[in-house]
Amino acid sequence: MIAGLARMVRDVGVAEELAQDALVVALEQWPAAGVPNNPGAWLMATAKHRAIDVLRRRKRLEQKHEELGHEMEERETATPDIEAAIDDDVGDDLLRLVFTSCHPILSTEARVALTLRLLGGLTTEEIARAFLASEPTIAQRIVRAKRTLAEEKVPFEVPRGAELAARLSSVLEVIYLIFNEGYSATSGDDWMRPALCEDALRLGRILAELAPSETEVHGLCALMEIQASRSAARVSATGEPILLLEQNRARWDRLLIGRGLAALERAEKLGGAGGPYALQAAIAACHARALTAADTDWSRIAALYDALMQRSPSPVVELNRAVAVGMAFGPAAGLEIVDTLTSDSSLAEYHFLPSVRGDLLFKLGRLREARSEFERAASLTRNARERTLLLERATACARRSVPAGQPN
Amino acid sequence: MRFMMLMIPKGYENAKPGTVPDAKGVAAMMKYNESLQKAGVLLALDGLHPLSMGARVSFPGGKAKVTDGPFAEAKEVLGGYWLIQVKSKEEAIEWATRCPGSENEILEVRQVQEMSDFPADVKAAAAGFAEMQGRSKR
Repeated sequence: MIAGLARMVRDVGVAEELAQDALVVALEQWPAAGVPNNPGAWLMATAKHRAIDVLRRRKRLEQKHEELGHEMEERETATPDIEAAIDDDVGDDLLRLVFTSCHPILSTEARVALTLRLLGGLTTEEIARAFLASEPTIAQRIVRAKRTLAEEKVPFEVPRGAELAARLSSVLEVIYLIFNEGYSATSGDDWMRPALCEDALRLGRILAELAPSETEVHGLCALMEIQASRSAARVSATGEPILLLEQNRARWDRLLIGRGLAALERAEKLGGAGGPYALQAAIAACHARALTAADTDWSRIAALYDALMQRSPSPVVELNRAVAVGMAFGPAAGLEIVDTLTSDSSLAEYHFLPSVRGDLLFKLGRLREARSEFERAASLTRNARERTLLLERATACARRSVPAGQPN
Repeated sequence: MRFMMLMIPKGYENAKPGTVPDAKGVAAMMKYNESLQKAGVLLALDGLHPLSMGARVSFPGGKAKVTDGPFAEAKEVLGGYWLIQVKSKEEAIEWATRCPGSENEILEVRQVQEMSDFPADVKAAAAGFAEMQGRSKR
């Protein structure tokens, strides 16, 4: 509804107000007059009447401007064909709304909040809870975002040509951020955070239908579906996080894996196998296809990380590549890559680096070094349970190295 | 939360083997399926062959008894289902009302049980359930 109205009035903020107004009218009238047969259509009709008022008012204003010799440009936006706007394909409107609320002119936080508010249908309170922020903060963020869009006269449209790729990546980034916000919340105390995964998945699935030729949309969907398939297996009954290789794979949701693999195939068939999301999805798919952790095709995963490094290099990707190489070709090969990263300042506070290095050293029997890496990793992680796990590994190194009598 | 929309076409209990819906009905249903997919709520869907191509197994006195038909006692049989992911029962029902059903059809909206819906003792008893789901869907 907001999407349809926004197309008419060319202003997301005004559209949202119109929709809200219609709802208020409904809440006043329905208890007395009864709920109409088609409440949705009723609301839309009410909101449209108000939209037409807004447009008329605007048009009058525009005419005055014209008299004052104002630019012709502005008049154009004020006289859309209202009937055509009403009959327009809802899908196109949704797509315009996605691109508008994920406009790069807005901060990432603002894009996320606006997308969840306008497309996810979440209330300000729900968004605040999901992002562990206060309600006024989120409300402010949304108000400011809408003001920015209006002030900067961001057109309510789907970008074309070269601009499309850049704008689309902003949309995908927002959706994946929403997903991860829910996915990384392993504590599960608040149902709102895991629900973010479902919101993101839904947005992704919608986008895949709206823009079926965009390979990275399918890549992102595949990645999210496969990651979501592991939700039930990621946390133990007592709430402790379980690492990928230790998860009970029988608890992975095969329905979501099937959907993820199908989305990945769609991306690959369209020639998008090399896209960053498709590559990450292909890595996730390697794990999904392996019935046991021992069946994992690590050399393929290493090759995929290699491709990902070429495409969008980052120290974190390289670290993951080191893990895969270590699994595929032995700990020494993995360590060689990790050692190139130890001087990288962006990883200085990243607990995963000493944790991986510790694991590789442990496998190589270099227990004293492994121990200090595990201890360092434990001091860096903010997750209490992970810290316990790392300290346990450090202790295990100490136990094993003492009887051997050779702390190498 | 996940819901199943179970389609119960009256008369389908007596349908002959090989009965399939006509093209017009399928075309209308496909539009509906597409709308579910476009909204990002559709997870899975299937149509079922008539009961005459399957069987019923009952358990009189706790013993399995296979009936191949005719099924005089079968008053309602399933014709197919949709598995959807939505935010509320209201949303699931809203989707069901949009189905282009015909006069003889009933659409039953049922929430899928999650492990978190069960008390501790049932959870313990159902300990291997997810594993079975994994296997059956593989």
